[in-house]
Amino acid sequence: MLDSISLLTLQTYWWLIVSLLGALFVFMTFVQGGQTLLYTLGKTDDERTLIINSLGRKWELTFSTLVMFGGALFAAFPLFYAVSFGGAYYVWMAILFCFIIQAVSYEYRKKPDNVFGDKFYEKLLFINGSLGVFLLGVALATLYTGGNFVVNEMHLSHWTKASYGLEALLNPFNVSFGVMLVFLSRIQASLYFYNNLDNEAIAKRIKETLKNNTLIFLPFFLFVFGFILFQQGYSYNPETQMVFIEPMKFLHTLLDYPLLLIILLLGIGTLLYGIYSAFYKHNHKAIWFSGTGTVLVVTVLLFILGFNHTAYYPSLVDLQSSLTIENSSGSHYTLSVMSIVSLLVPVVLGYIFLVWRSMDKHKMTIEEVKSDSHHY
Amino acid sequence: MEHTDLLIDWSRAQFALTALYHWLFVPLTLGLTFIIAIMETIYVRTGDIWWKKTTQFWMTLLAINFAIGLATGIIMEFEFGTNWSNYSWIVGDIFGAPLAIEGLMAFFMESTFFAVMFFGWDKVSKKMHLLSTWLVAIGSNLSALWILIANGWMQHPVGMHFNPDTARNEMENFTEVIFNPNAVSKFLHTVSSGYVLASLFVIGISAWYLLKKRDIMFAKRSMIVAASFGLITSLFLLNSGDESAFQVAQQQPMKLAAMEGLYQGESRAGIIAIGLLNNEKTLGDDKDVFDFKLEIPNALSFLGYHSLSAFVPGIEDMLYGNEEQHIMSVKDKIILGKKAVSALKDYKEAKREGNQEKAQQALKTFEKNQSYMGYGYLKKPEDAVPNVALSFYSFHTMVGLGTWFLILFIIVLYFAMINEIEHKKWVLFAALFSIPLGYVAQEAGWIVAEAGRQPWAIQDLLPVGMAVSNVASTSVMITFWLFAILFTGLLIAEIKIMLKQIKIGPEGEH
Repeated sequence: MLDSISLLTLQTYWWLIVSLLGALFVFMTFVQGGQTLLYTLGKTDDERTLIINSLGRKWELTFSTLVMFGGALFAAFPLFYAVSFGGAYYVWMAILFCFIIQAVSYEYRKKPDNVFGDKFYEKLLFINGSLGVFLLGVALATLYTGGNFVVNEMHLSHWTKASYGLEALLNPFNVSFGVMLVFLSRIQASLYFYNNLDNEAIAKRIKETLKNNTLIFLPFFLFVFGFILFQQGYSYNPETQMVFIEPMKFLHTLLDYPLLLIILLLGIGTLLYGIYSAFYKHNHKAIWFSGTGTVLVVTVLLFILGFNHTAYYPSLVDLQSSLTIENSSGSHYTLSVMSIVSLLVPVVLGYIFLVWRSMDKHKMTIEEVKSDSHHY
Repeated sequence: MEHTDLLIDWSRAQFALTALYHWLFVPLTLGLTFIIAIMETIYVRTGDIWWKKTTQFWMTLLAINFAIGLATGIIMEFEFGTNWSNYSWIVGDIFGAPLAIEGLMAFFMESTFFAVMFFGWDKVSKKMHLLSTWLVAIGSNLSALWILIANGWMQHPVGMHFNPDTARNEMENFTEVIFNPNAVSKFLHTVSSGYVLASLFVIGISAWYLLKKRDIMFAKRSMIVAASFGLITSLFLLNSGDESAFQVAQQQPMKLAAMEGLYQGESRAGIIAIGLLNNEKTLGDDKDVFDFKLEIPNALSFLGYHSLSAFVPGIEDMLYGNEEQHIMSVKDKIILGKKAVSALKDYKEAKREGNQEKAQQALKTFEKNQSYMGYGYLKKPEDAVPNVALSFYSFHTMVGLGTWFLILFIIVLYFAMINEIEHKKWVLFAALFSIPLGYVAQEAGWIVAEAGRQPWAIQDLLPVGMAVSNVASTSVMITFWLFAILFTGLLIAEIKIMLKQIKIGPEGEH
C-alpha cells in the first residue's frame, strides 16, 4: 500500500499530523484556561453559569482532541507510547487524573443531590485547567530536554529513576514551558469569552485579565523560545542512525528550512496581533488570530523536534536509546493505512466548522442559557 | 525481561478496575442514544410535543451517564502505554490503528453532535436536530466498533507477521483485521447487549413511575418503545452470542473449556445449564468437577462445532496433551516457545556482530518455532489455564440473565400492548429489579471475555507477564487505589444525581 512513498516520507507526514494535533490541542485548552478564570471573570452566580455553559459546549472537543493526539501517537509512533507513558508513569497518571475529573464536573456541578456540592466540582475544573495544562506542558517540554529511559535491542524499555517522570519538574525549562501553556490558555480563554459572551460586566473584566495574563505569559514565552533556539539538540546520522549532540540544532533546522521559520514568525505575529487587537481595538474576533497563531507556532515547535534528522525524545541515560521518527514509528504498511484514513481529517474539520457556525451564530446570554432545556 | 508476579497482578487489577467501571456506563450510552433517537423520530414525524418531552427526559439521564463514561474511558486508552508498555511496542503497529481511527471517526462525531443534541433545540432545524441525535447514536456505536475490532484482534490475532528485526508484530492486512470473525461477533454481541441494558433501564424506570402512579402516559409510551427495542435486540443478542461461542470454540478452546468447567474433553459434550463447582477440584486429580449439575446433552458440541458428536477438548487435554485427538501439551509448546525466544536472541546477537551465517541459522530456528513463541514466556504449564470458577460462574450468570431479559421483554410488551401493564404489579417490580441485573450481566460478560483468555494479553502470542510495563509494583498499587477512590466517589455522585432526576421526572417534582 502506497509502496511508491518512502517510509521516511510517511514518518515525516505522521510527525507533522501529530504536531498539528498537539497544536490544535494547545489551542483548544482555552477551555481549561476558562475554567481557571471562573471566579476572576464571573462575580455573580449568573455570570459563572454563563461562563460554564459557554465552555461546556466546547470541552468535549478539547477532550476528543487530546484522545486523538494519544491515539495518533500510539498508531504512528508506538515506541514513544511505550517508552514515555510506561516510563514517566507518575506524570502521565497525574495528567489523566486531571482530565478524568473534568468530564463529570460540567454535568454534575449544578445538579441537585450531587453529593460533594457545587464548589467541589468547580475546584475539580480549576485543577484540570491549571495542574492538568501545566503537567501536559512539562511532559511536552521533556521532548526537548529528554527523559531517563533505556531501550534494549528488543525495543523494550525501562525508566531509570524511581520518581518515574516527576524528576522533570526539577528542570526550569520544563516548568517554564508548563507555566507558559497555562497562561497561554488563559489568554485564549479571555479572547474566547470576548467572542462568545454577550455580557458587559464580563467583557470589562476580560480586558484586565487579558493584560495581566499576557504580562506573565510573555517572559515565559521569551525564555522558552530563546532556550529552544539556542539549546543543544540531538541529531542522528541518517546512515548509521547514531545519535549525537549538536549545538543550536533547532536554530539550524529553522535556518535550513526558511519556510518553517516564516510560518513560526507569522504565527508569533498573528498570536500577538490577536491579543493587541482585542485589547486596543476591541476586536471581538481576536480569538481567530490568536488561535491561528497558536496553532502555527506550536505546530512548528513540535515539528522541528522530529524533523531534519533530530531525535525527538532524547534519552538522558543512554544517548543511543533516544527516539527518532525513524526508530520509533509504525511499519510502512500501517503508516500507509493510517495516511489513507487521515484523508478524513478535512471532512471532520468541515463538519465541526459547520456545526459550530450554526451553534455560535449569536453571542450567548444568561437568558438564553436559562431558557435552554439542558444547561450546566 | 522478568517481571514480578506482584507487578503483573496490580497492573491487571488496575486495568480490570478501570475497564469494569468504564463498562458500567458505556452500554447504557450505546443503547439509550438509539432509544432516544427513535423517540425523537416519532416526535418529528407526529409533531406530538409529548414525545419531545419524553425524549428530553431520557436525554437528561443520558447526559449524566455519558459524562462519567467519558471520564472512565480516557484512562483506558492511555493505560495501554502506562501499564502495558511492552504490549504497546510488540503489537502497537496493529493495535494502535483502530484506536486512532476510533478517535477520528467516532469521538469527534459524538462530541460535535452531542452539543447540538443537547443545546441546539432552538438553534437548528427540527430535522437537523434529529440528524444530530442519530449521529450521536451512530458515533457512540462506531466507537464501540473500532475498540472491539482492537479487542477482537487480541482474542484472535490475524492479518500480521512477526518482524524479527524490530522484534514486534506488524500489520500486513488491514482488511483481515477489520473483518476478523472474532471482532465481528464480539461487536454485534457487545452492542446488542448495550441495547438490551438500555431497554431494561427505560422499562425499569417507567415501571417505577407506574408503581408510584405518576407520569402514566410517559411511562407507558417509553415502555412500549423500550420493550419493542429490547425484544428485537435480545433476539439479536442471542444469535450473536451463539456466534461468539462458536468463535471461542475455534480460536480459544481453553477459554471455552473454562467457561463450561470441562476438565476432560468428550465427544457429544453437554452444556451445564446449572452447576455448582467442586471447590476441592484441582488440575490433574480424579475428583468430580461439580457438586451438582444439570446438563443439556450434546449442546456444547453443537454450540462449539455445529455438530452433535464433535469432540470438545477439555482443560486437561490441552494442558497435558491428547495424542488421540492430536492435541499438543502446553509443556511441549513451552519447550518450542523457549527455542523461539532463544533463537530470536541469537539472531539479534549475530546481527549485532555482523555474522550473517549465524543470523540466518538462528532465523531458521526461530521461524520453525515462532508460532509457539508466546508459550516460551510462560513459567509453568499450569499458567496457561484461566481461573475456571470465575469463567464458569460469569458465563452462566450472563447466559441465565440474558434469557430472563428476553422473557421479561415479551411479558412487558404483551401487557403494555393490551394496556394492562399498570395493573400488573409483579411485572412492574420484576422490571424494576431487572435494572441492576442488567449491569450484573454486562460485567459478567466482560469477565468471561477477559479473564477467560488469561494468561494471554494476545491469544497464544503474548502473555500478560511479558506485556506489562517495567515500573515498580508499588507505583501501580498507588494509582490503583487512587482510581478506586476517585471512581467510587464519582459513581456514588452519579447514582444519586440520576435517582434525583428520576424522582423529579419528566413533568417536574411530584
